[in-house]
Amino acid sequence: MSEEFPYLEDQSVVEVQRGPEPGGAGGAYRAFGETLRGLKTTFARIVEGPVTIQYPEEKTPVYPRFRGRHKLHRFEDTGLEKCVGCSLCAAACPADCIRVVAKENDPENRISAGERHAEIYEINLSRCIFCGYCEVACPFDAITMGHEYEMADYNRSDLIFTKEMLLAEPLERTPLRREGE
Amino acid sequence: MVDLVAEVNYFQATWLLIVKSLIIFALIFAIVPVLTVVERKVLGRFQHRYGPNRIGPFGLMQPLADALKLIGKEHYRPANAVGLLWALGPMLVVFSGVATLAILPFGDVEDGIGLYGIDVSIGVLYFFAFSSFSFYGLLIGGWASGSKYSFLGAMRSAAQLISYEISMALALLGVVMMAGSLSLTSIVNAQNEIWYIVPQVIGFIIFMVAGFAEASRVPFDLPEADAEIVAGYQTEYGGMRFGSFMLAEYIEMFVISGIAVTFFLGGWQGPGPPVLDPVWFIVKTIALVFFFFWIRATLPRLRYDQLMSLGWKVMLPLATLNVLVTAILVVVT
Repeated sequence: MSEEFPYLEDQSVVEVQRGPEPGGAGGAYRAFGETLRGLKTTFARIVEGPVTIQYPEEKTPVYPRFRGRHKLHRFEDTGLEKCVGCSLCAAACPADCIRVVAKENDPENRISAGERHAEIYEINLSRCIFCGYCEVACPFDAITMGHEYEMADYNRSDLIFTKEMLLAEPLERTPLRREGE
Repeated sequence: MVDLVAEVNYFQATWLLIVKSLIIFALIFAIVPVLTVVERKVLGRFQHRYGPNRIGPFGLMQPLADALKLIGKEHYRPANAVGLLWALGPMLVVFSGVATLAILPFGDVEDGIGLYGIDVSIGVLYFFAFSSFSFYGLLIGGWASGSKYSFLGAMRSAAQLISYEISMALALLGVVMMAGSLSLTSIVNAQNEIWYIVPQVIGFIIFMVAGFAEASRVPFDLPEADAEIVAGYQTEYGGMRFGSFMLAEYIEMFVISGIAVTFFLGGWQGPGPPVLDPVWFIVKTIALVFFFFWIRATLPRLRYDQLMSLGWKVMLPLATLNVLVTAILVVVT
């Protein structure tokens, strides 16, 4: 028993801590002393100040690996799209929300670095469950999960994000957590 | 001829009384709405929150928005409510709260004008009459609602009243004996040397505890205990009728704090020229109202039998003992 509960080593029964009995001096202590202690406790909360994050103005920082809205990427040097239209992301997607239509690259006017490129790349964000499997499936790191999470809209059709929308640099409106935060 | 009207200590022209009552009205109806938003903000701070801060600077326009919303509500009446009495309830509560404001002394007589509504020689009795009167509003309103929760709340408020009013009166009796007067201005003037909170500290504590019960504030808010009986007597009320109950609650809180300041904390007395007297009175009163908020953030609601046994078994003997000791001391010295 003592190995399982080391704090019970030298006593077989744990003593319950009780307040003073009601009535008499103990009752008076309970009524006023404990009330004063309670008042002190609550007033200390005022001194500490509010911890509220005033949401639309301030935002909770997200962790670097937070899975927000997807981003499509280009090569930084050539500016070509990383996506080659292989549809592995669409195959991996459990919610079936990605649609890819691939097309051969025109050698004169290359769009992606590979043989083919994605002519249509759509993510239906109203179905997406933000699991990140597309990011894992992608052999070229062409799609990653970003940090944006404010995607509410008035129309379902507005939640279907096209390739251009996913390629565009998102407005940087989500703070990132600093080291050790 | 029997004089039915209470004796008034300082006579003033009628037009002056009307002007004074208008000023007091304007002052109170400026302070009370601010108190509602301040309570929510202070309560928020006690819970690591900000409280309302969206409407106007620091959220101070919140009561305006609340009032507009309440006024715009439909006048819904339950089918089995007793119409006239049901409408009368909130009116009586507000009336009794406002009536007590007349005797709160904001200052002494200056340039022939007393800085109070009226200085009656039976000030204490006037206060008790009207603070008990407000329970008729709750009782009538709760009963006429034709709902079991309202009825329970009304019964609770009545039972609470009789168990706390006696100790409240006895707590003030010590001060009355020391000052030798029932008029609030003479009581304040009698505190020139020492505020009565020092010799009458037990009376002060009893008065404040009973005051919490009288204003049905936490921890004695059993008449409207929302965890047990929805909202008590105000369950069936909506719109500005509900608003009237809320308004009355805050007025009553202000009145009880004001009476406590008058009796125990030296009323308008404070450093500075006499012009500052009303300021001192209001500052002290607001400080006590803050104490109401503080208690609300701290203590949980009492169980009903605890409320009763505290009232009858602790407060009443303590208050009686206090009166007895004060009486002996007053006679001896």
